[in-house]
Amino acid sequence: MPIASTPVSIFDIAGSAMTAQSQRMNVTASNLANADSTVGPDGLPYRARQVVFETAAAAGHDVGGVRVARVVEDPSPLRRVHDPKNPAADADGYVDLPNVNVVEEMVNMISASRSYQANVEVLNTAKTLMLKTLSVGQ
Amino acid sequence: MIDKLDAALRFHQEALNLRARRQEVLSANIANVDTPHYKARDFDFAASLSQAVERGRQAGSVALALTAGRHLAGQAVPAAAGELAYRVPAQASIDGNTVEMDLERVAFADNAVHYESSLTVLGGQIRTLLAAVQQ
Repeated sequence: MPIASTPVSIFDIAGSAMTAQSQRMNVTASNLANADSTVGPDGLPYRARQVVFETAAAAGHDVGGVRVARVVEDPSPLRRVHDPKNPAADADGYVDLPNVNVVEEMVNMISASRSYQANVEVLNTAKTLMLKTLSVGQ
Repeated sequence: MIDKLDAALRFHQEALNLRARRQEVLSANIANVDTPHYKARDFDFAASLSQAVERGRQAGSVALALTAGRHLAGQAVPAAAGELAYRVPAQASIDGNTVEMDLERVAFADNAVHYESSLTVLGGQIRTLLAAVQQ
């Protein structure tokens, strides 16, 4: 298995995918943790965030890994709940809660974890094959 | 002498090269399973291998220019990279991604086993040659 002769090695590809998936997992964790944060650092309720993936192929190459292009904020409306006892409630007794969909986030987390596992397996297979290649002819 | 040795090992060299290349393509597919609009790639291994082996037999396409009588003739065969094609998905997802994880993983495992068996055969060949040399 050539390491240096190819512009993109399996290690780079699987490694980039693992980085991207763990970033996605981080964002999911942040969303889940802030599912009920009524006030963020800017004084507004927390808004769910999602990562956007894109293929990271070097110029002139067909295949490549994956990277997080950007993190976008979920534009869907905030949850509005009637809760007059809440200190963050407005004059009518309504509170704006984050637009985090907990079910969606859980599904996202499972998907990210499965993709991460698949890439770890790819990495392990590539490593095994490379070590066997190194011992050929002995 | 060396070119005979080279010829004896050439087939497996080409096969291993292509297997490694295919491993990369398949790992890229697996890595991009969640990337919107990504299209799964692959190439025809058998066709690429026979093309690579035949091109090797045709004495390559790049030759060293000999400008003096004592220069040694040399030929370089350009690295055979399979022509990448797009996979036809059985069920494309709604975001335009055509990677089917089950298919890719089966192909990856299959390719890994083939790579390993090629290595084993190559190792056996080298051992046989060594045994012949040491007789």
